[in-house]
Amino acid sequence: MFDRRLFTNFDWTLLAVVLLITAFGVINIYSASSSYRDIGTPYYLKQLYWIFAGLTLCLTVCSLDYHMLEDFAYWLYGAVLVLLVLVLVAGKTTMGATRWINLGFFNMQPSEPMKIVIIMTFARFFSRYPIFKGLTLKDLVYPLLILGMPALLIMKQPDLGTAVLVTLIGGSMLLFVGVRWSALATLFAAAVPIVYGAWNFGLHDYQKKRIYNFLNPDLDPLGSGYHIIQSKIAVGSGATFGKGFMQGTQSQLRFLPEQHTDFAFSVFAEEWGFAGCLLMLTLYLFLVLWGLGIAKRCNDRFGSLLAVGVSAMLFWHIVINMGMVIGLLPVVGVPLPFFSYGGTSMVTSMVGVGILLNISMRRFMF
Amino acid sequence: MKHNILPDDDGGGRRIIGLSFGAFAIFFLLLSRLWYLQVVNADDLINQSENNRLRFVPVAAPRGAILDRNGKVLVSNTPSFSVAVIPQDVKDKEQLIDNLARYLNLDRNEIETKWNKGQGRAKYYPLVVASGITRDQMEFLEENRLSLSGVNIEMKPIRAYANGTLASHLLGYLGEVNEEELTSEKYQEYNAGDYIGKSGIERAWESYLHGTDGGRQIEVDARGRFLRTVAETGSSVGNTVVLTVDLNLQKAAEEAMGDMAGAVVAMDVNTGEILAFSSNPDYDPALFTGRMPPDVWKKYLEDERHPLENKALKGMYPPGSTFKIITAIAGLEEGLIDQNTTVECNGSYKFGNATFRCWEHKGHGTVNLKRSLRESCDVFYYKLAERLGVNRIAAYAKRFGLGTPMGIGLENEKGGIIPTDEWKLKRFGKKWFAGETLPVGIGQGYVLTTPIQLASMIATVANEGKIYRPQLVKRVVDADGKVLKEFSPQVAGTTGLKPETYRLVKDGLFAVVNEPRGTGGMARLWEVKVAGKTGSSQVVRDSKAGMAYKYRDHALFVAFAPYEKPEIAVAVVVEHGEHGGSAAAPVTGKVLRAYFEGKGVIKKPVPKVKPLQDGEAVAEPDGAEAAPAPVPPAPAGSDR
Repeated sequence: MFDRRLFTNFDWTLLAVVLLITAFGVINIYSASSSYRDIGTPYYLKQLYWIFAGLTLCLTVCSLDYHMLEDFAYWLYGAVLVLLVLVLVAGKTTMGATRWINLGFFNMQPSEPMKIVIIMTFARFFSRYPIFKGLTLKDLVYPLLILGMPALLIMKQPDLGTAVLVTLIGGSMLLFVGVRWSALATLFAAAVPIVYGAWNFGLHDYQKKRIYNFLNPDLDPLGSGYHIIQSKIAVGSGATFGKGFMQGTQSQLRFLPEQHTDFAFSVFAEEWGFAGCLLMLTLYLFLVLWGLGIAKRCNDRFGSLLAVGVSAMLFWHIVINMGMVIGLLPVVGVPLPFFSYGGTSMVTSMVGVGILLNISMRRFMF
Repeated sequence: MKHNILPDDDGGGRRIIGLSFGAFAIFFLLLSRLWYLQVVNADDLINQSENNRLRFVPVAAPRGAILDRNGKVLVSNTPSFSVAVIPQDVKDKEQLIDNLARYLNLDRNEIETKWNKGQGRAKYYPLVVASGITRDQMEFLEENRLSLSGVNIEMKPIRAYANGTLASHLLGYLGEVNEEELTSEKYQEYNAGDYIGKSGIERAWESYLHGTDGGRQIEVDARGRFLRTVAETGSSVGNTVVLTVDLNLQKAAEEAMGDMAGAVVAMDVNTGEILAFSSNPDYDPALFTGRMPPDVWKKYLEDERHPLENKALKGMYPPGSTFKIITAIAGLEEGLIDQNTTVECNGSYKFGNATFRCWEHKGHGTVNLKRSLRESCDVFYYKLAERLGVNRIAAYAKRFGLGTPMGIGLENEKGGIIPTDEWKLKRFGKKWFAGETLPVGIGQGYVLTTPIQLASMIATVANEGKIYRPQLVKRVVDADGKVLKEFSPQVAGTTGLKPETYRLVKDGLFAVVNEPRGTGGMARLWEVKVAGKTGSSQVVRDSKAGMAYKYRDHALFVAFAPYEKPEIAVAVVVEHGEHGGSAAAPVTGKVLRAYFEGKGVIKKPVPKVKPLQDGEAVAEPDGAEAAPAPVPPAPAGSDR
């Protein structure tokens, strides 16, 4: 039977912040894509459909008790891992990357659910793991295996952005659980040869090029450096109060590539200036801190870990996307949650929020 | 068991506060960077956005060339000038279109349509509104630049057809990639406005022929004027495709066909390489790349000889008497006939209450296998077909690859039809009547084959059993001359017949061309022994002389040479040419002559240079033209 407390404890604040950000996103997509060719459904309208689909999923997720996730976590992890292997064996290749599996009616990208599944798996793993004074190196063996397998498989696709995100989400959760300083130091020492090896053998030439170009965009103003230069000009020329809605010359003239997806924020920054950016950053910071607050208020370890994981997922998306747009980080295709155009990102983020809402409204259940 | 506590006892709470501070610090870093860009450095970046604009100007890659087997150019590229407009730099669109229409003598609507098609693309992106302009037009535009702000003249490579309309159906033509193609996986790297192969080799080998486009990053001022080139990535030319076709033989085939509609396929008997592949009438592929004049397009569409259709690939014709080769083989293999079997032909054969006529109304008299082939007696094959039954005939036809596409590697190759009782039941839902088998025996009725299949069939007879997959491409070579792909002959199957069967059939085919009363005398060469078979296939029942063009019979001829050691096989179909012996056999003769002239086996006739003076001795020229024919070819109408 439905518990009335669930409704009275519903986290309206969290939902309101998310809806506010999606609203800004739709307005921004409307502006960013206004100079596009008029074929089919406009992007902003399609984004509204995705928001609707995402919200439906979000509310479905929060209506079921999150403790159920604990039972399914390992199964889901195994299934998605198998899908990731399948991608490499029988995936659909587009533009040199093999990231999708053709399921007949649509193309599925298994690296996307892995972001949520790794959160559930770690939460389940550590919720039953006795820890006294932080994880030792020995304690880290299984967690690193759990994290490393999907990360490597995703890197192999190649999808550097998602591989880094999965690693960062897992890493953040490990830090939350607590790792001993000695173990941390050893890991960093071991990371040096691993990074060296990855650079020489793991990364594709174009990925290395992106990093070179990030360090010096003028090396290749035609290719990957182009994004960085144009994005910086767009953001900077927005100045304090911006050029106004639909007035961004850089974006309206389509100097910016992918301006409705990964570079959506630079369109926003050009049109709304520093004032607009400050507002967006505040909303996002509020979202992340609110998520961490839910973790803190939660009465069980599994829920607490879940909330930290989801907050970390949102946080790293925001930081990597914004860092890339303003030239602080190399260009890797990571969308801005609730803001960039795209169904996959919207659905994943909304499922994340659904989990947060779920934990938040059940904190009084014990 | 549930842990109702945070990790590390109470440490979790503290960690959350720690993580919150970490998040706050990183957000602050992002905000500082935004402050730096948008407040501290704003003036500089505003300046850059206002004045120094970078633009990307795409540079199209030249397509790879198509060569014949000897390296002679069939298709290459030539520079063409086109007029592009950068919408952002145009002050008055209507006036500019007026001016362009006037200067270039073009239809105003045409320019406007092209302009509108580019709507929605970046406003700084050049939009081609007229291509293939002349040098005069280009100079005129240059002189009037002041009234044409936003107009650029671009040079881009377009297709050049070294031999005009030659082999147009084989080579194919280019056209702009359409919306549907753009959404398919195959063309996902293409942009609207790109040209792609639409048919023939150009389409089948698109991924090899299409090079990699390059581009220039240019800097322009606030008015869109060019300041400097910032960076450039070169375009790389597509790969060269070397065909198996021989340019000279192709020319000979097309010349021999003249105005007649139909197809010629010549094939290497021992490799399956296609040496000539023509479909008549042809079209001008250059017109597809540039501006197709509407009247020409209309003419192509309305021509009852269908110049846009590739008849060698997609033409399905009843094989007529050329199919008697298959019926004869089936009869020999099944032991129903041998070389001494005779049939009385009195001009017709009564089956049930139907009468099947021989083309020779007064009858051939006593006919054995050799004579049945030589004089193409229909009654012989009616009776044989009756005894074989349709399924046994079909089985032998299929052994020769008839009725299914040969896999030549071009799109939409047709398969034809080899009927069986099962086929009829499936196709029409009716059972097979024994009377329907008789026309099948002479290649009529439901039987349909393509010219490629006929060429392959006669090549298989010539080499006594090997069915080669017809091959059109010898190799693909990159811009540096490195061979990327090399193709060797592929045996698609073997017929598995007795050598004696081939000997008897070939003996008959030799007689067709070389003996008195043979129906294929007009394919004869003096220097090389030719063997072949004529065919005429009815388009309508009871064809009569003097009928309208579209109702006349098709004329066919299949041949191979030299008889003793076959090298080349040829199949010729002349649509509505009426008689194989008089319409298709001479074409075959000319193609074979050109082949052996190319090999030096036959000397070319020495052209007369100066007119003869009185009293000067007249030299007899070499070649068949001057040689007296020892046996008169069979009279027209007698070449079933």
